[in-house]
Amino acid sequence: MNLGCVEVDGRGPTGTVPGAAGPFLLWMPAKYISQCIDEIKQELKQDNIAVKANAVCKLTYLQMLGYDISWAAFNIIEVMSASKFTFKRIGYLAASQCFHEGTDVIMLTTNQIRKDLSSPSQYDTGVALTGLSCFVTPDLARDLANDIMTLMSHTKPYIRKKAVLIMYKVFLKYPESLRPAFPRLKEKLEDPDPGVQSAAVNVICELARRNPKNYLSLAPLFFKLMTSSTNNWVLIKIIKLFGALTPLEPRLGKKLIEPLTNLIHSTSAMSLLYECVNTVIAVLISLSSGMPNHSASIQLCVQKLRILIEDSDQNLKYLGLLAMSKILRTHPKSVQAHKDLVLQCLDDKDESIRLRALDLLYGMVSKKNLMEIVKKLMTHVDKAEGTTYRDELLTKIIDICSQSNYQHITNFEWYISILVELTRLEGTRHGHLIAAQMLDVAIRVKAIRRFAVSQMSALLDSAHLVASSTQRSGICEVLYAAAWICGEFSEHLQEPQQTLEAMLRPKVTTLPGHIQAVYVQNVVKLYAAILQQKERAADTQAAQEVTQLLVERLPQFVQSADLEAQERASCILQLVKHVQKLQARDVPVAEEVSALFAGELNPVAPKAQKKVPVPEGLDLDAWINEPLSDSESEDEKPKAIFHDEEPRHAKQRPPEADEQELARRREARKQEQANNPFYIKSSPSPQKRYQDAPGVDHIPVVQIDLSVPLKVPGKCVPGGTGDGGFRPGMPMSDQYVKLEEERRHRQRLEKDKRKRKKRERERRGARRHSSLHTESDEDITPAQRVDIVTEEMPENALPSDEDDKDPNDPYRALDIDLDKPLADSEKLPVQKHRDAETSKSPERQDIAVVEKKSKKPKRKEKKHKEKEREKKKKEAEKSSVTPPGRVVSAGARSRGGSAARAAGSVHTRGADLDFWLSTAPPAATPAPEEPGVNAAVAAPKEEREEPRGEEQDAAEDGEQDLEKKPSKHKKKKHKKDKEERSKDQKKSKKRAPPREGEAEPVENGALDEEPLPPMSSYSLLAENSYIKMTYDVQGSLQKDSQVTVSVVLENQSSSFLKNMELNVLDSLNARLARPEGSSVHDGVPVPFQLPPGISNEAQFVFTIQSIVTAQKLKGTLSFIAKNDEGSTHEKLDFKLHFTCTSYLVTTPCYSDAFAKLLESGDLSMSSVKVDGISMSFQNLLAKICFHHHFSVVERVDSCASMYSRSIQGHHVCLLVKKGEKSVSVDGKCSDSTLLSNVLEEMKETLAKC
Amino acid sequence: MIQAILVFNNHGKPRLVCFYQRFPEEIQQQIIREIFHLVLKRDDNICNFLGGGSLIGGSDYKLIYRHYATLYFVFCGDSSESELGILDLIQDLVETLDKCFENVCGLDLIFHMDKVRYILQEVVMGRMVLEINMNEIVAQTEGQNRLEKSEGGLSAAPARAVSTVKNIGLLEIPRIINTGDLNIKVPNPSQFV
Repeated sequence: MNLGCVEVDGRGPTGTVPGAAGPFLLWMPAKYISQCIDEIKQELKQDNIAVKANAVCKLTYLQMLGYDISWAAFNIIEVMSASKFTFKRIGYLAASQCFHEGTDVIMLTTNQIRKDLSSPSQYDTGVALTGLSCFVTPDLARDLANDIMTLMSHTKPYIRKKAVLIMYKVFLKYPESLRPAFPRLKEKLEDPDPGVQSAAVNVICELARRNPKNYLSLAPLFFKLMTSSTNNWVLIKIIKLFGALTPLEPRLGKKLIEPLTNLIHSTSAMSLLYECVNTVIAVLISLSSGMPNHSASIQLCVQKLRILIEDSDQNLKYLGLLAMSKILRTHPKSVQAHKDLVLQCLDDKDESIRLRALDLLYGMVSKKNLMEIVKKLMTHVDKAEGTTYRDELLTKIIDICSQSNYQHITNFEWYISILVELTRLEGTRHGHLIAAQMLDVAIRVKAIRRFAVSQMSALLDSAHLVASSTQRSGICEVLYAAAWICGEFSEHLQEPQQTLEAMLRPKVTTLPGHIQAVYVQNVVKLYAAILQQKERAADTQAAQEVTQLLVERLPQFVQSADLEAQERASCILQLVKHVQKLQARDVPVAEEVSALFAGELNPVAPKAQKKVPVPEGLDLDAWINEPLSDSESEDEKPKAIFHDEEPRHAKQRPPEADEQELARRREARKQEQANNPFYIKSSPSPQKRYQDAPGVDHIPVVQIDLSVPLKVPGKCVPGGTGDGGFRPGMPMSDQYVKLEEERRHRQRLEKDKRKRKKRERERRGARRHSSLHTESDEDITPAQRVDIVTEEMPENALPSDEDDKDPNDPYRALDIDLDKPLADSEKLPVQKHRDAETSKSPERQDIAVVEKKSKKPKRKEKKHKEKEREKKKKEAEKSSVTPPGRVVSAGARSRGGSAARAAGSVHTRGADLDFWLSTAPPAATPAPEEPGVNAAVAAPKEEREEPRGEEQDAAEDGEQDLEKKPSKHKKKKHKKDKEERSKDQKKSKKRAPPREGEAEPVENGALDEEPLPPMSSYSLLAENSYIKMTYDVQGSLQKDSQVTVSVVLENQSSSFLKNMELNVLDSLNARLARPEGSSVHDGVPVPFQLPPGISNEAQFVFTIQSIVTAQKLKGTLSFIAKNDEGSTHEKLDFKLHFTCTSYLVTTPCYSDAFAKLLESGDLSMSSVKVDGISMSFQNLLAKICFHHHFSVVERVDSCASMYSRSIQGHHVCLLVKKGEKSVSVDGKCSDSTLLSNVLEEMKETLAKC
Repeated sequence: MIQAILVFNNHGKPRLVCFYQRFPEEIQQQIIREIFHLVLKRDDNICNFLGGGSLIGGSDYKLIYRHYATLYFVFCGDSSESELGILDLIQDLVETLDKCFENVCGLDLIFHMDKVRYILQEVVMGRMVLEINMNEIVAQTEGQNRLEKSEGGLSAAPARAVSTVKNIGLLEIPRIINTGDLNIKVPNPSQFV
């Protein structure tokens, strides 16, 4: 293969003429293409389909080159409908390139596509499916869903896999199809063809990824696939899926750890290894911190990831870092051990790897290493060539330092100097970030203000450096912060006069407007401070000079283009002029001027404004003033403003109010603000509102996180406040690092001393927990006493706002409960001849239209509508008492759908999932806690929830006792138990195995009035001190004379059970399917061994001749029990009971078909009646569905029709009616013996209700 | 899920474009251009993953690419796709092309672009990976080609088409493109590469 080596675009291979004209186009300059399009248009007009197809083919090339070809949509459809595959394929290809939901001709394709789908040629079908997958619309999906669903069972795997895959698209466009199609899709998970299986896994994984909770019940199936499949692609998908499921079901995680760990150890495929590690991480996260003994798994993951990161393959390195950052979130300690590796990756030549490493650093910093890491990052900042990477570094540095309220910063002077150093970056976009940090630190860390102010004034002094080269690049934003800090905390300024002059330089007017505005405002603050200083020193001369300076320089801001700056400047100019007048008269003004800025500003939490509660009685939507009528033209207003404003600028107005007046107004404003609930006050609580003293005592102050309050007493910390020890001007943060190290060293010595003392004391006293020798994070005390002022929140702040989900998410429509059995209204629209359904089609279409309009119809709403419709129908019908058959058929016609739902399958799945999750805890997890806990939890639950007969409850209690304390007389008791059981089995073979942790089935259907009792299909087969067997018989429609018996074997002893073999005495009618070559007397080996406390499921296939009668088979399980004392050969006899219902398979039936079946008249009829039933009808139906494998066809009030099918194809139809205290069941079946047996079994079940 | 599959050469000329989400043609070209510039900057010895970012689908999407001599194969997939899996898939795809075209070269992608698309359709369908078994893909492709042959194929068509083209004067172009031996005299080479 030499891909591309020959690709010399100017030259084609000599001697070959390309098949189509397409390639020419690639070489054609743009100007020829328009000419070419004209010619294609000509070709498209011709009748010859080959020419047309060729033209369409050329269009496909053009589309790739970026030309819109949608104008040819109709021609494309023509080519699609050609009879020859050659042309058809071209047509579909073009369609898949250019058709989309907005293409209007697409609706013309429906019938053509349907025809192609049912074409005898698999490639016709395939090409149609492929095309459809690209351009399926909601309409197409609705119309073709049924056809595609049929194709899912096509004989050719090629078609099957495509049909399965396209279902995802169909679901997305037509969510109603999900439930009807899901059972078949699920079947495909076990398709013999690996391609089909892989497709089904793909689709279900994708569905489950969006709405994982609906797919939890599939976990056992996927688990089986995971442990059996060898296809890495499928494995990866499944493992990824489990990663999405585990957060919802921690028990699943426990079960997964072991097989995943095995895979990690065994696989050679890096892709699989990586996904396993990822899912293990997800599992560990979901298990949260409660599990102490998973450190081994974490260690394994981290180890494997380290190998990936150290690999020379950059891809593995990248992914390794990516996964590492996931571990970091929950187990930072285990990742921190690999700091060296991460720092090493920072030097990687690959930028994406460096970025990943940066992500990791975020979680790795501690008080101890923050300075070192940031130092390293700063060197990278200097080295970095691309601005994007440098910007990324900058944000990361800030993120790292500021994370969790500056938790890791011990020396804020160091941090400020880092920020100042960052301002020297050229061309960064993140000036505002630095500025925000400067402000935040200066405001919230009171101790640092002095230092910050000195740094900021230096920054202002060198503003030309910052602002010059990079005018608009954003770094000048820091001047905003610098000016504000210098102004607000001017009392800390060493040389206020100098700073003032720096802020009034003419160059400043080139800064962006909002910065100028801040300059103006803070100039006054500075001015006020200087005035006060000078007046105190009685230096009136100097005071007047400062005023003069302001009067001279402020006009430059008055001319600013920025309105804000302009307005503030002109205001302040007038104020200063007024002050000047007063000064001339020797009036002291400093007090009053500084009163302008009295009080302190506190930081406000970012969400504070949003959280201000709306007071009662306030309607924010109401008009304050009724809006003026429209007739008043809007363009008048702005004009008026301009008229007003221009003269104001032109002439300088005299000061309008004197100082007192100003103060009075300010007071009034304060009062007003205080009473205004929407004004964020400058004081945190209402009581303090009136304490208008500029004191800072009431500012809430939190101490920085210091778990060990170790203060260094009376120690003058070097590099503390002030800039002693540094050159004046910009300090190097490196110097701090050094100083900090020294400081810490001293601190450690000090502490060691104290520790020694303490230890001596301790030795004398009682023994306490030992202290650690290593320097831990908490041991480092911050250099300064650092107070972090908390951010303010309004009183009665509303609870945190939930993040809204995106309502436009297309996947939300697929959030559908799949475990609920299908209602008969839920089926895919089937194309029918119109006259056959004259009475119903309009109604049906109505629904369709409604559905289409409201793109994502809410299921509940729809149900509700249907219910109403149903009600109306009923009213129309209730006049006469109808005979059973009639009711059914009438009901069938009222296809609006019954609200009845057979809850059966929910419970099979729900219960099975729980069962599956609660059994067989992997050896790695602590075995003892789980079954015990589950059993204990399950026991009271069952008693409470299951309204069963007393006898049964008693039996159950017995079982539980038996299980809890394997008694000495177990043999005897077991026998008794068995007797009871066999009695029970006659009545109902489906009973919950007692140790199942049955949770309440999850169901979100709105129509279920009451919770359904938990049910399980597994019933006890036999039990002794070693082993307990529960079993379930399932027929399958595919193999018409076979049933599968699933036997769960649970080791109840402390011995290791192996060489298990199951044998039965075959009858004439039923025999066990044995491996080839073995005689009827040989047993079938169980394919696993059982360590103590473990259970597992084995499946055995039986071939049944006649299914019309129930039967029992005697059998034996033989096994070797091995423990410390040796091994013994043990046996356990059992009786397998095949009821007639176990030959029935739940088969959905639509009311139409059901009615036809009944009308056909070749069914024999029989009926039973059971008295004394108190259970609700809903639960009754659920029970019948669950235990007897029926599905509800239709339910009207307390009457329901039900359907099931035997594995040999017998139809069984029931009409169940509930009277006052009784239930009557009429049945029709193609075999009368079968029917009477089924009804007999049903009677047993009902008798217990 | 796979959002797009793009193949372009070292100069950013598209060779195979397959978007599984509707974008107008101009946006498609823009995306191709941007992705091309992204991958062009990257050395061959750095990792093959890129954040898709604002280009397609947002942050959940990533670009996974491989560079073969003069061609870039770029897959844009979301987080449900295994990065390493897709890398393998690209390799498989290229190997499949190699099998179908017997020693594939960049020109095959130009000459048989429709065929390449048909092969791709056997690999990826409707945003999901359909088949990874190379033999199966090759077998199905050959099956379809046989069917096409049995129908007489387009082979009858080109003759007709070329004559049509002649009639309507498309072959005025031979002033620039000499169809005889397909030597193309490129007036402005930069336009063509």
